[in-house]
Amino acid sequence: MRARDLLRPRPEGLYCPPGDFFIDPIRPVARALITHGHSDHARSGHASVLATQETLDIMAIRYGDGFAGATQAMRLAETIELSGVKVTFHPAGHVLGSAQIAVEHEGTRIVASGDYKRRADPTCLPFVPIRCDVFITEATFGLPVFRHPPDGDEIGRLLRSVRQFPERAHLIGAYALGKAQRVMRLLRDFGYGEPIYIHGALARLSEYYESRGIALGPLLPGTVEQGAKGTFAGAVVVGPPSAFADRWARRFPDPVAGFASGWMRIRQRARQRGVELPLIISDHSDWDELTETIRDTGAGEVWVTHGREEALVRWCELNGIAARPLHLVGYEDEGD
Amino acid sequence: MDRFAELLDRLVLTPSRNGKLTLLKDYFRDVPDPDRGLALAAITGDLAIAAVKPAMLRMLVTERIDPVLFGYSYDYVGDLAETVSLVWPESEPHRRRNSTLSLADVVERLQTASRSDGPSVLASLLDQASIPARFAIIKLVTGGLRIGVSARLAKQALADFGGVDVAEVEELWHGLAPPYEGLFAWLEGRAPKPEQSARALFRPVMLSHPVEDNDLARLDPADYVAEWKWDGIRVQAVSLGGTRRLYSRTGDDVSGAFPDLVDAMDFDAALDGELLVGRPPDWTGSFSDLQQRLNRKSVSPKMRERYPAFVRCYDLLQQGAEDLRPLPFTERRQRLEDFVGLLDPARFDLSPTIDFDSWNELEALRTSPPHPIIEGVMIKRRDSAYVAGRPKGPWFKWKRDPYTIDAVLMYAQRGHGKRSSYYSDYTFGVWTGPPEEGELVPVGKAYFGFTDEELKQIDKYVRDNTVERFGPVRSVRADAGKGLVLEIAFEGLNRSQRHRSGVAMRFPRISRLRWDKPPYEADRLETLTAMLDE
Repeated sequence: MRARDLLRPRPEGLYCPPGDFFIDPIRPVARALITHGHSDHARSGHASVLATQETLDIMAIRYGDGFAGATQAMRLAETIELSGVKVTFHPAGHVLGSAQIAVEHEGTRIVASGDYKRRADPTCLPFVPIRCDVFITEATFGLPVFRHPPDGDEIGRLLRSVRQFPERAHLIGAYALGKAQRVMRLLRDFGYGEPIYIHGALARLSEYYESRGIALGPLLPGTVEQGAKGTFAGAVVVGPPSAFADRWARRFPDPVAGFASGWMRIRQRARQRGVELPLIISDHSDWDELTETIRDTGAGEVWVTHGREEALVRWCELNGIAARPLHLVGYEDEGD
Repeated sequence: MDRFAELLDRLVLTPSRNGKLTLLKDYFRDVPDPDRGLALAAITGDLAIAAVKPAMLRMLVTERIDPVLFGYSYDYVGDLAETVSLVWPESEPHRRRNSTLSLADVVERLQTASRSDGPSVLASLLDQASIPARFAIIKLVTGGLRIGVSARLAKQALADFGGVDVAEVEELWHGLAPPYEGLFAWLEGRAPKPEQSARALFRPVMLSHPVEDNDLARLDPADYVAEWKWDGIRVQAVSLGGTRRLYSRTGDDVSGAFPDLVDAMDFDAALDGELLVGRPPDWTGSFSDLQQRLNRKSVSPKMRERYPAFVRCYDLLQQGAEDLRPLPFTERRQRLEDFVGLLDPARFDLSPTIDFDSWNELEALRTSPPHPIIEGVMIKRRDSAYVAGRPKGPWFKWKRDPYTIDAVLMYAQRGHGKRSSYYSDYTFGVWTGPPEEGELVPVGKAYFGFTDEELKQIDKYVRDNTVERFGPVRSVRADAGKGLVLEIAFEGLNRSQRHRSGVAMRFPRISRLRWDKPPYEADRLETLTAMLDE
């Protein structure tokens, strides 16, 4: 079967005609396969949703229990058939519960990676490369300038700054699902034992991570009731990036504004946002991980979705791999 | 090298002065010689490294990565040094000689490279360095770190680090050379203060306090001498033992931009005065005129002819071998008057003193000075010695009242640090065009002058009246009927080709919030341009 007959872009999202399902559709559809819980990939209102148990739980936390007509939990590496099309979920290493979706029919296998990264992350299962004919890759950081440093360097810089400015609060902007928990967990792994103060938007998701066995250590709400301004001196506070531009941030003494994101690789991005302590910690693959993964899958053809398609397509051309941009719309960079 | 790179990255993103001082101090404490001294020299602009042209850098990188991919990358990042530091291929681990490339290694290899092997030395350094270190190396070779740290701030950090007065560091500075090991040894208490080896050293300047409301009532006019405060640049002209130096008030050597003046320094003394342009006594140029001569690497003869520089002398600090600074002001003044009489009158004249009997009389003179280039009066105690810094009591400055206009708030930008959750930087405009269909044209930006309470009020106003958002900037509703009028105080106005309004304010700040005033009553651009023509 020709690959483009197995999966093709439609306005609602990536569609599989023989299996009659969509992957990460941006509009309500009859049957949706969801790669992970970030809101641009996991939307509410589908008649039925197929996803990992964690992704379903996360969607329920974010949208409420009635987020879909029916749900079905997929176990990783277990294959099911949908109208004769074989579907298998494999870990993507992006956030808790994230999966790539392998779709196979009449001898053709396509892997839709969703969002993924290759480096170790203590809050989710590692990415597994799957051999395939066509690999659909994201390209959020699809430029050779994006090269994420080791997490330890970044957390080390944060901890150094906390020691250097004990009279100030360190506010770390991090997306509420995935990045925030990863940053907190990394702080623990690097020996930070103090309570971490969190914004309300992180509370339920962090509790959920804890319930799945990812220990985050003592977390306290970053509320004024926690004490006068002095309490937050020397503290690490984690919240969604938008909160730090908001009145919410005023309770902290002379804060050091941090932001944990792959975008922080570019100084101008940090400067524009008024970030004083950029932490280059990303849940997406950097350039080297993207190109390495394309090689690992052995795919003869690559389709590039959201991000900077043109550079990755160019790299594929230079390396003798057929490639084209898919021009899917509606995906932001929420995860970073 | 990584530690230096981290320092640069943190300094450039740290807005507060105290934060920068802490970063520098900790660096001086943690990093051994000679790296810390070389870093200091890099920051103060005293590190000599042969420059590499951007075109060369681009050639080196496109030999290593696909030019199309480089093009996409450069378009996205927008900064050549940063793009190259990021896309430079990681070398195999075995090719890195060691992972602890020091700043001293880098500087030594760059300084000893011949012109022809400069590019290959640079490339091999980049091969060995981490990404942040590559960026720092490229900044070193392309000149200009641009990290928002002045030499003055670096000296303050040294003073804080050693627990000494910054004047002591400034006084020594021009006799020292990188990597400043003697200086650090002294600051750490391991060695005596370095000898003042250089000639024509800078003498830390004496500064004044502004006159506050009740200051003068307690002072006897008879104890004080007054003179005009000229609106130029405070300088120190030192010519001793055959060495001539013109220093800014923070001890930066600015001789290079004023060869005409330096030529005339054929004396053996240290003078304190105001740098101005013009032909005394007939013509004293404005601050805008003076600006034509500032920050230039070379000065054309035409420029020297059109804007000749001279010093209007305030004080005499040293004459021959004699240090006059401990003498009372009146005695120094007498010596100054005798001395200036011997100098080239086109290059050095005397700042006249003002006769007055009462503070009221001086107040009248202050508010209507005889010359537009006067920005107020200086009041100096007759018995005051010349001491470094800003002692309270002996000298006061009593400035002319600032100009004010009423302008309308147009854009607000989020602040930094403590103010990062507030819209605290304000762009304001005045009306232009026919009254019925007038539009606002931005004339300046201010970020202080208001109380914390007023900041909260303006912040709320901005959030409630946002029309558009561009990243950290919000455009605020501002039309004839609705808008916030700000009374802006400023010290002067320059012509500007960079601003659409054609004017640039000096030292603008918000003096009052005019919640009561409708926007259509705010000032018009003509009011400002008329001030230019005065």
